[in-house]
Amino acid sequence: MSAIYKRELNAYFTSPIAYVVYAVAALFGGMFFMGTVLTPDTTDMTYVFLNMTSVVIILIPILTMRLFSEEKNKKTEQGLLTAPVNLFQIVMGKYLAAVTVYAIMLVLFVIYGIIISFFAAPSWITIISNIIGLLLFGMALISIGTFVSSLTESQIVAAIISIGVGLLISYMDSLASSVNVDFIKTILSAISFTTPYQNFAVGIIKLSDVVFFLSVPVLFNFLTVRVLERRRWN
Amino acid sequence: MVEVKNLVKRYGDKLAVNNVSFTVNEGEILGFLGPNGAGKSTTMNIITGYLSSTSGTVTVDGCEILDDPKGAKSKIGYLPEMPPLYQDMTVKRYLEFVYDLKKVTLPKQEHLAEVAKVTKITDVYNRIIKNLSKGYRQRVGLAQALIGNPPVIILDEPSVGLDPKQIIEMRNLIRGLGKKHTVILSSHVLSEIQAVCDRIVVINNGQLVADESTQEITSTVKGVKRLQLHISGSDASIMPALRSVEGVTRARKISRTPDGYGEYVVEYNVDNDIRKGVFNAMAKINCPIVMMRNAEMSLEDAFLKITNGEDVTSRRGGRK
Repeated sequence: MSAIYKRELNAYFTSPIAYVVYAVAALFGGMFFMGTVLTPDTTDMTYVFLNMTSVVIILIPILTMRLFSEEKNKKTEQGLLTAPVNLFQIVMGKYLAAVTVYAIMLVLFVIYGIIISFFAAPSWITIISNIIGLLLFGMALISIGTFVSSLTESQIVAAIISIGVGLLISYMDSLASSVNVDFIKTILSAISFTTPYQNFAVGIIKLSDVVFFLSVPVLFNFLTVRVLERRRWN
Repeated sequence: MVEVKNLVKRYGDKLAVNNVSFTVNEGEILGFLGPNGAGKSTTMNIITGYLSSTSGTVTVDGCEILDDPKGAKSKIGYLPEMPPLYQDMTVKRYLEFVYDLKKVTLPKQEHLAEVAKVTKITDVYNRIIKNLSKGYRQRVGLAQALIGNPPVIILDEPSVGLDPKQIIEMRNLIRGLGKKHTVILSSHVLSEIQAVCDRIVVINNGQLVADESTQEITSTVKGVKRLQLHISGSDASIMPALRSVEGVTRARKISRTPDGYGEYVVEYNVDNDIRKGVFNAMAKINCPIVMMRNAEMSLEDAFLKITNGEDVTSRRGGRK
């Protein structure tokens, strides 16, 4: 697993992908920080994070789109799948590499906290809980993106579908409120990412929310393993 | 060392591999021969655990590929048709990655240097794979298969896309490998297989059509002789006359030469010289022979003969 993890991480930083993602994140992060913190003269960074979720929904598929589709397209997966490693290790190696790249991006918000501290005492608790929330939110999206990438040979298709799923998830609440059937409404709001995320946004870390977000990677990484497994049989 | 038993692979309705069985003994170089689409790659992919068989078993050095995939895979070095190279890595980085991936325990730098030396890639060691020529890429692919010194090496068409000089180098390399490893080598180029392999397995339409030693195949091929003829006259009289000559096993018309003679090929057994008979027969019907030449049957012809289904039953029992 560590061999795959190391290779993937290297691939992110030897290609422009990681830097482009960081640059775009810094651009929008800076804009939100300027507009919702510096200009209104507050220490409350909640809106920076809330706005950031929609940027993350676009950026994460860029990180995950190549994970499996490129291997399939360039036929390099044959090397991985005939090596003495099991599928779970392959999936986890790739998944954790993407999570690492994403987690490094979140350092940005620590920098914003430090900038605030020059002017006033920032609420570190909220900043940290927000960072944890955004990390968990991202981990869930990365697992979905990884799964989608394992389904197709085309990176573009993987990216578009992952972005679509991310947007759908973010609209889940408004979708739920427009449905009349009660039990569908319950299901839709139960799988919404918005509700558990809101607690992190205001500085509350609840175990149930953490479990909710972590269950998504567990499910989708498992599904990715299944997809790879199934491919052998076709 | 490698035992393949009753292997069947179905893609939907299509039967890609149909009940293929063969064994590869330790230290043997086995040639896996067949036209494109015969099921060579599929069989190799099943042996290496990349694909699963619909039924049948593959055992590598005592490890069943389905029951103990890790054990079996760790005993195989595989060079697929397209070498699984990451284009953006340097050769060094890539080989280090494969070393880590295979969890090799041999001393790292020494082992990698040795593999690089054997495959002659030392001078491109620090270059990015993307910028390498096809020949070098193929060799890096081979190096990748050799990492960890696996007892079994499987090479899927290793010399495709190489120039003649590189092909010869690749052959020598493979022959050298055969001293320490068990090698399975697939190809649709017969001369290549003939040059390096101890034994040849021929596959066509997913079915095993021959399994014998290289010598046996070569001698059966040499057993049949061919006569190439240019004759003046009409086909209607020439063909029956040719066929009626004693000892002729097969006669067919190839084409017409630019100067208006018919070109014919006649096959006969080596212990039965038909040249005089043919001359007399043609003289009798007043069709002069303007050219007569012995043409040896090439392995390519033999291959076509085998894969076209001729003599299949007699060949099948050729070896246990």
